[in-house]
Amino acid sequence: MAAVIQAVGTTAGGAETRALRLAFLAMVAIIAIAPLAVYPIFLMKVMCFALFACAFNLLIGFGGLLSFGHAMFFGMGGYVAAYSAKEWGVTPELAVLLATACTAVLAWVAGLLAIRRQGIYFAMITLALAQMVFFFCLQAPFTGGEDGIQSVPRGKLFGVVDLADNRAMYVFVAAIFLGGFLLIWRIVHSPFGQVLKAIRENEPRAISLGYDTDRYKLVAFILSGTLSGLAGGTKSLVFQLASLTDVHWSMSGEVVLMTLVGGLGTLFGPVVGAAVIVTMQNYLAQLGAWVTVVQGAIFVVCVLAFRRGIVGELGALFKGRKLR
Amino acid sequence: MDTIFGVPTQALFGQLLIGLINGSFYALLSLGLAVIFGLLNIINFTHGAQYMLGAFGAYLLLTKLGLNYWWALLIVPIVVGCTGVIIERLLLSRLYNLDHLYGLLLTFGLALIIQGVFRNEYGSSGQPYPIPPQLMGGQKLDFMFLPNYRAWVIAASLVVCLGTWYLIERTKLGGYLRAATENPALVQAFGINVPRMITLTYGFGVGLAALAGVMAAPIYQVSPQMGADLIIVVFAVVVIGGMGSILGAIVTGFGLGLIEGLTKVFYPEASNTVIFIIMAIVLLIRPAGLFGREK
Amino acid sequence: MKRTLTSAAVAAALAALSGTAAAQISDGVVKIGVMNDMSGLYADIAGPGSVTAARMAVEDFQKTSKAGLKVEVVGADHQNKPDVGSNIARQWYDVDKVDAIFDVPTSSVALAVSQITRDKGKAFLVSGAATSDLSGKACSPNTIHWTYDTWMLANGTGNAIVKTGGDTWFFLTADYAFGHALERDTEAAVLKGGGKVVGKVRHPFPGTDFSSFLLQAQASKAKIIGLANAGGDTINSIKQAAEFGITKGGQNLAGLLVFITDVHGLGLQTAQGLIFTETFYWDLNDDTRAWSRRFAAANGGKYPSMVQAGVYSSVLHYLKAIEAGKTDDGTKVINQMKAMPTDDPLFGKGSIRPDGRKVHPAYLVEVKKPSESKGPYDYYKIRATIPADQAFRPMDQGDCPLVKK
Repeated sequence: MAAVIQAVGTTAGGAETRALRLAFLAMVAIIAIAPLAVYPIFLMKVMCFALFACAFNLLIGFGGLLSFGHAMFFGMGGYVAAYSAKEWGVTPELAVLLATACTAVLAWVAGLLAIRRQGIYFAMITLALAQMVFFFCLQAPFTGGEDGIQSVPRGKLFGVVDLADNRAMYVFVAAIFLGGFLLIWRIVHSPFGQVLKAIRENEPRAISLGYDTDRYKLVAFILSGTLSGLAGGTKSLVFQLASLTDVHWSMSGEVVLMTLVGGLGTLFGPVVGAAVIVTMQNYLAQLGAWVTVVQGAIFVVCVLAFRRGIVGELGALFKGRKLR
Repeated sequence: MDTIFGVPTQALFGQLLIGLINGSFYALLSLGLAVIFGLLNIINFTHGAQYMLGAFGAYLLLTKLGLNYWWALLIVPIVVGCTGVIIERLLLSRLYNLDHLYGLLLTFGLALIIQGVFRNEYGSSGQPYPIPPQLMGGQKLDFMFLPNYRAWVIAASLVVCLGTWYLIERTKLGGYLRAATENPALVQAFGINVPRMITLTYGFGVGLAALAGVMAAPIYQVSPQMGADLIIVVFAVVVIGGMGSILGAIVTGFGLGLIEGLTKVFYPEASNTVIFIIMAIVLLIRPAGLFGREK
Repeated sequence: MKRTLTSAAVAAALAALSGTAAAQISDGVVKIGVMNDMSGLYADIAGPGSVTAARMAVEDFQKTSKAGLKVEVVGADHQNKPDVGSNIARQWYDVDKVDAIFDVPTSSVALAVSQITRDKGKAFLVSGAATSDLSGKACSPNTIHWTYDTWMLANGTGNAIVKTGGDTWFFLTADYAFGHALERDTEAAVLKGGGKVVGKVRHPFPGTDFSSFLLQAQASKAKIIGLANAGGDTINSIKQAAEFGITKGGQNLAGLLVFITDVHGLGLQTAQGLIFTETFYWDLNDDTRAWSRRFAAANGGKYPSMVQAGVYSSVLHYLKAIEAGKTDDGTKVINQMKAMPTDDPLFGKGSIRPDGRKVHPAYLVEVKKPSESKGPYDYYKIRATIPADQAFRPMDQGDCPLVKK
């Protein structure tokens, strides 16, 4: 996995930085124009999942750690935001902040346990922990069990702007998404991100250089989980509900799929992947259980023949074949 | 009547016995995972789906061909094992020089496909499968009513588990296998066909999952999702046991079944989570698992 | 071109014939959306069968109606996910011009759709979802809860069983809000009827092995083991109770949420003696038999569940209300539906209360022994009929804001 990521990795060369900036501007432009043509709630859903996938990618793409339990952060964030907005009547920005804070704590605890093992074990442990969180959400009274938390008010941003208006909500979600995205961009290119990549490539060497790799991995895990919680909290406000779907292990699988389709370890890959998968789910919804089959098939095809994902393949195309 | 923590001793025996029954499924499944992992270094996420295939195989043999449980017990593991061989040859073998995580992702995708196809075909509500007439009824023990079929499940899975353990730890074939796990190139140099051994091992592990599925069919509804949640529990069992030894997988499987059984008596609300809690504790104390070796 | 002209002329003539009716129908077509679980856990209970039932209702309505309404039926799969369901609902209302949504099993999705329907002023007729909140705390002027609800199941089963001699109970409860609600409501009914609850155990949800809990139930010596769970949990509990000889030992199982499809899946050998409540059974009278045979012929031989029957009945009444009220405006149609008494071949005569609860009789049924059954789907003995006015939760106990003084 590391080899592939390396091939398309985002080492900050001059030309590449320029390309990334251009891509970012293009993305902002699309976000600004798209609601004219596409159903805005659908776009908000895409942005929430895109942020989720970017957060997930921070861990696997730049830290080399495959988590199979990220639904616990996404779902828990959703529950906390929904509960605080509905039961305590807090303003939306506070609800989202609370969600982020709670998932940060959850990620810290889960991370302490999970980073003790690597590779496949890490995946299995995160999956098991997420399953535990799922059972907790199922039984805890505040989540409403199978009914979920319904009719969550979107509330007034800072007590002023009414988010019940889809346009206002759209701007709010877009701001959160772009903020989260820029933060991840910054993290990846910070010294911290560089160390993380070093650990991904060769952990023993990083240790020998004097880095406390467990600490770095833990911080990466917390950052990734926290941003996932931010995405989940935002989503629960968009749809005005929080439910078990978002904590279920199949959600953990979906985010892996989004990132894989878009391109592991690329900045924009998860965004593209999320857009593709959410669109697919939306338009294939009539196929019922075949959606699962199609998703499974995409997994298999990606793993066998398309490991760099959409953005990764495009990147390789632009760079020519010199990297291979 | 004697009691332990307010629960009559007799009832407790009953519960322990039931725990052992569930433990036999955990043991069979984690054993299959361990065997596959040992040689292929792949966590077989399809294991749950293959367990489901086993149950469906038994159901289809009965309804379509009229072949009874005993035939299913013989045929299904072989057939499903063969599909495993095909999967290994066609798909998994392409991933051996890559990160092991790709194997995990591939098998996860396969599980989605298999479960989706069966859900389309048979719906989610589950199909009934009768207990074979020879094992109907049960024994009136002095502490509980033990259905004959459950007794059979414990016995059969113990035999299979110990047989597998003997095969791998005590025979020459097993010796090759373990050697290939340690150093495939060297074993290949001795003239042993390692790729074929890998293929057959995967088929064998998958066959074990299918066998567990056949044995589960009369107890649970035969439904497409039956393996999906179970596999996560089995993953936790595997993490607790550690991947080091075959015996470890067996002992942990049965042991956790017992612990889960006790939880159902003393604090039933936690019986779904108890295995995960134990996993967390084990990770804190022995990150490599109870029987595992740090690689 | 000629063709279009002719059909336009015909449509115009029809509109003229039917008076003003067509003029009040938004975009000229009444579009009915049947949203449910087409492939998952509830696909057999609702699923494509509900769409069939809706189509049959439209057909039967057109046979007798003179309004010349154009009616279209569309279906969608919410995959039991509230966000998918609410997405479909919004898109249906905003983009696809759907006028009313029907069925929607899975309480979480139904509650979400109910809220959206209210915001958009459309109509929502629930058949598949169970939660009694839909006509209680979460009631809405745009929602009617048609077929059954948790309170009615719990109360009907609890009350009627105690009356017929099952006065000691042990509860096997799924440990989440839904199970707790079923247990609470049933326990209240049992106690009110003079029965006793000798014990309860909360099992994790979803569970696979229930033998441990069943042994605890057996040891309690209760006459009735109440299964406050649903779906696969209920099926596995029943199956394992048969395996451990619990039903043979003289204890009866009472299912609190069981459908005919579950009995069909279990087989009579395993399910015999199980007691539960339903609001519809195909073999009630000549009308239900005739309709059910027709339905089975169109549905691959599968007989209707009460949810599917409820979809038929609700679509029929909805169309009648549009004909009578000459409008398809959601809120107005719902009011019209509440004002008109209901009458159809499946549920007989009934009515809709101001809180959105449709009321009709309920039946306490016991599953036959294999020797008593004459063929496929001959499954139930009716043990008691609960009259419409007693079957559902009294309006003043539901905390519905619409009827508060």
